[in-house]
Amino acid sequence: MGSAIPSLIGVIIATFLLSRALPGDPAVYFAGPAANAESVQQVRESLGLDKSVPEQFALYVWDLAHGSLGTSLTTGQPVADDLLQRLPASMELTFAALIVAIVVAVPLGVFAAVRPSSFVDHFCRGTVTVAAAFPTFFVALLLVYVFYYLLGWAPQPLGRIDEIYYVAPDTVTGFYLIDTLLAGDSESFRGALAQLVLPTISLALFALAPIARMTRASMLTALGSDFVRTARANGLSGATVLFTYGFRNALLSITNIMGMIFSFLLGSNVLIEQVFGWPGIGAYAVSAVIASDYAAVQGFILMMAVIYVLLNLVVDLLAGLIDPRVRFEG
Amino acid sequence: MTLATFAKDTRHAFAENPLTLVAVVIFTLLLLCAILGPSLVPYDPLMTDSNARMVPPSWQHWFGTDHLGRDIFSRVVVAARLDLGMAVTAVAASFVIGTSLGAIAGYRGGFVDQLIGRVFDTIMAFPLFVLAMGIVAALGNSVVNIIIATAIINLPFYGRYARAEVNVRRDAAYVEAARMGGNGSVRILARHIVPNILPPMMVQASLNMGWAILNAAGLSFIGLGVRPPEAEWGIMVSEGASYIFSGEWWTFVFPGMALVLAVFCFNLLGDGLRDMIDPRRRT
Repeated sequence: MGSAIPSLIGVIIATFLLSRALPGDPAVYFAGPAANAESVQQVRESLGLDKSVPEQFALYVWDLAHGSLGTSLTTGQPVADDLLQRLPASMELTFAALIVAIVVAVPLGVFAAVRPSSFVDHFCRGTVTVAAAFPTFFVALLLVYVFYYLLGWAPQPLGRIDEIYYVAPDTVTGFYLIDTLLAGDSESFRGALAQLVLPTISLALFALAPIARMTRASMLTALGSDFVRTARANGLSGATVLFTYGFRNALLSITNIMGMIFSFLLGSNVLIEQVFGWPGIGAYAVSAVIASDYAAVQGFILMMAVIYVLLNLVVDLLAGLIDPRVRFEG
Repeated sequence: MTLATFAKDTRHAFAENPLTLVAVVIFTLLLLCAILGPSLVPYDPLMTDSNARMVPPSWQHWFGTDHLGRDIFSRVVVAARLDLGMAVTAVAASFVIGTSLGAIAGYRGGFVDQLIGRVFDTIMAFPLFVLAMGIVAALGNSVVNIIIATAIINLPFYGRYARAEVNVRRDAAYVEAARMGGNGSVRILARHIVPNILPPMMVQASLNMGWAILNAAGLSFIGLGVRPPEAEWGIMVSEGASYIFSGEWWTFVFPGMALVLAVFCFNLLGDGLRDMIDPRRRT
């Protein structure tokens, strides 16, 4: 909690400053290209731009407290509604990528640490170095080209579900994989899963590198430490030493880089959604930027930052569960 | 570090990790493209040719041509200047500004330290690419603003490091001696403390380069900053992406591979540089 609240305050001030940093008259920008003098004046008053800066800030915070992020020019809807409606699509993709990255990278790193300089270790280092150099949007396009265009294994990269063949599930959680299961519709589940595979892999690939690298490094440190030697000397089994003594200690350093991983995943989401026609908040923000729809852009940035701060908070709490020392220091 | 030991470390780093040598070769190649690009290429990168649209790679057009008949090889080579230029400028700016702010914070402590620390914390409270998008959207859609955005999101990495390193040296004996000798704060920082923390900061900068390239290319991929018909790798990939469903792979694969090569090269160089400067941190 200690770091989350100052971060949130900082985020709110920064987004406020960004929205007032527009060159020229912000009211003109917020009113959009089709505005005349009258509607600009209207926007100026509704945004409170005729008031002093501290008053404007108070108004901004007041609106935020009431869940208002302004109205989007392109959709004509409140920005908050637009974003909330598209948020599950983005989150489903982000979490899927996170899970894939962890499930692949952690065992890879552990193997590499258990047998340093072995084939697995070199393979791990090699793939990690190469994967880190590939821009996510380029990986995504390559995957689409190979698996959709050449091989025909993947469905057309146009959104979350092919609505010609499948029925989109009723919204319960907004996560299609969960909603289709809740509805007991295994056909649609397969359809949604097929759409999710390529964007997930593209997004997960870049996150693999830092997780695998950190797992390897922290496992090496843990396994080389005195308490592991003592555990071995006392005759504990290999698996107990590896997981209870080695891995649990290595986990803390892995949670430490989760902040960076989330920063990367949330940012790259924007690029991946663009490639796959994914109807998430990233694609919404890109079209908003192109259309100079400033209220929508500001809302998006604020929402992303809030999600990011909250995710970091969860990571901190998890770190406390993994290592009681963190709780005492905290 | 004397020149002789530096040369020895360099030789050792190459022997230990031959990939560093590969990176140096790629780097030289990229540099050549960036400096001499326009005079090296066979075609004008902006010249359209309606008779040669979407020609697959051939002897005439090594990387094929795009939807306007422009030679992709020429465009990829010429784009090196813009792509590397954006990344170098952004990294240099965040290096200088971040180090200065961090050094001041670490040296002065107190309120100044807290204020600067808060600014860094706030930048880090955003997913960085999203913040870069927001900055470009707010400042306006131009190449200069892409550079500014990339520089801002990188500030904390240098600032926090410089702050921590300066903070531990603030009361070191040689700093006390310099102070006793009548040197002012600015002079102590610039001449006595900062030179000591520069080598690891430069490793950070070279590791940062690859990331700055990805960031700038990502922004232009979504249509921010660089505008057509300008040749830039990110925007070329994005233009080529429209032809993926008709199988014209060369339009996006070559500029994309150029990006990969550049990022790969800087990551390896950073690793190699770290091995040279700090032999203890070799992994």
